[in-house]
Amino acid sequence: MSLTLLNVIFAVVVAIAFAAANAAYLVWAERRGAARIQRRPGPNINGPFGLLQPPLDGIKLMAKQLIIPGGADKVLFIAAPVLAMYPAIMSFVTIPFSDTIVAHNINVGILMIFAFASTGSMSLIFAGWSSRNKYSMMSAVRAVSQSVAYEIPMLITTITVVMIAGSMDLMEIVHQQSRSILHWNIFPLLGKSHNLLMPASFLIFFICTLAETNRAPFDLGEAESELVAGFHTEYGSMGFGLFFMGEYANIVIGACMTTILFLGGWSCPFGLFPGVWWFLLKLYLLIATFIWIRWTFPRTTIYGLLNLSWKILIPLSLVNLLLTAGLIKVF
Amino acid sequence: MVTYFKDIYSGLVSLFIGMEVTFKEFFKPTVTVQYPYETLTMTEKYRGHVELIENDEGKPNCIVCGLCQRACPSACITLAGVKPEGEKKKVLTKYILDFTRCSLCGSCVESCNFNALEFSKEYNLASTRREDFIFDLLQRLEDRNK
Repeated sequence: MSLTLLNVIFAVVVAIAFAAANAAYLVWAERRGAARIQRRPGPNINGPFGLLQPPLDGIKLMAKQLIIPGGADKVLFIAAPVLAMYPAIMSFVTIPFSDTIVAHNINVGILMIFAFASTGSMSLIFAGWSSRNKYSMMSAVRAVSQSVAYEIPMLITTITVVMIAGSMDLMEIVHQQSRSILHWNIFPLLGKSHNLLMPASFLIFFICTLAETNRAPFDLGEAESELVAGFHTEYGSMGFGLFFMGEYANIVIGACMTTILFLGGWSCPFGLFPGVWWFLLKLYLLIATFIWIRWTFPRTTIYGLLNLSWKILIPLSLVNLLLTAGLIKVF
Repeated sequence: MVTYFKDIYSGLVSLFIGMEVTFKEFFKPTVTVQYPYETLTMTEKYRGHVELIENDEGKPNCIVCGLCQRACPSACITLAGVKPEGEKKKVLTKYILDFTRCSLCGSCVESCNFNALEFSKEYNLASTRREDFIFDLLQRLEDRNK
């Protein structure tokens, strides 16, 4: 697809609409899912099944005043929520949903997405630093140590997949997996590597995605019981709204990456009904698991969180990287 | 080294056990009551504020002995009665319960020897005005019989 101005505008509009719609209705899904797990109905007053709840919440947030606390760093304070939202929208540019549905495929798509994803923790630091609030500051410190700890195993696992595919192009990675279900990177019996430890890699990547998106049980950054609301304690109105939407948009990006890297993207299991819906099915199953996990496990401690990364995830992902490299050489 | 892998394995298994629990809960019916839309009937032993018991003719069982008034530790109860000409028993003319001071101890119900007082099942009693909690029980009895 050529990069004409019309194409760019169309892609941006679709990306923002997709991210915003997902963010809004994932909040609804999250609340309904949490309610079902806790055996209550959840939001059910506004519209059928409470489906009007997210737009109404959005209107309420937009109607409120953005209060900047005294002594706060105004520029950073306003920049932080925007920084939280934009990496997710930028990442949608290169994520392929099917052979044809992609805004602009670039041959280093993975690199671009991780580059933007790593600026996500910048927004947490900005918010925590500029709020002039001790809880926000603590939260920012935690967010930095968390993202340092979890980006390493995530990137090592990604390198494993990139080695198998021999490309950083997301399209190419999916095409390599699309021959059959046994070529999927989660259990590649027929692929290049024959590495039987890949399910462990999948789990590592999935756990890192949870941690990178600051989701429970790794939501140390906004631990309500200790830090009020963490980095967004001082944010009201749409500033808070953007953080909230950014969190859910990042979940979508994380689930998209897991689908593409490990579950074969839009490739269908047994040649049944090929199309974009396989991608969406896998995507939303992963997101449902995100929600399911959030309402199952209690929050870890900061020590437990860092121990998990440095003592378990990083060694295991390194072992798998070496093993995959060896197996590719052998076969 | 063996304990390292054992710990990882047992930790992972316990995570999946936890997820199984919530997965099962997800499909069970809800148990909460949607309060303004549905209400529960109170249990037999629920203690609301006291209420007068009526006899078959719709008149209170009370004979104005005043035992409840004396039993009340917070002096919530004010009652009065008259003895009409030619009648044997007194007739209740006034029974005011000051619910702002009542602690629902039940001494009045216990002290009554004539089966004239009971706990009501009333629980929707929120109000912003103090006067709303001074109940005229005789009036309530009449309202019930309307």
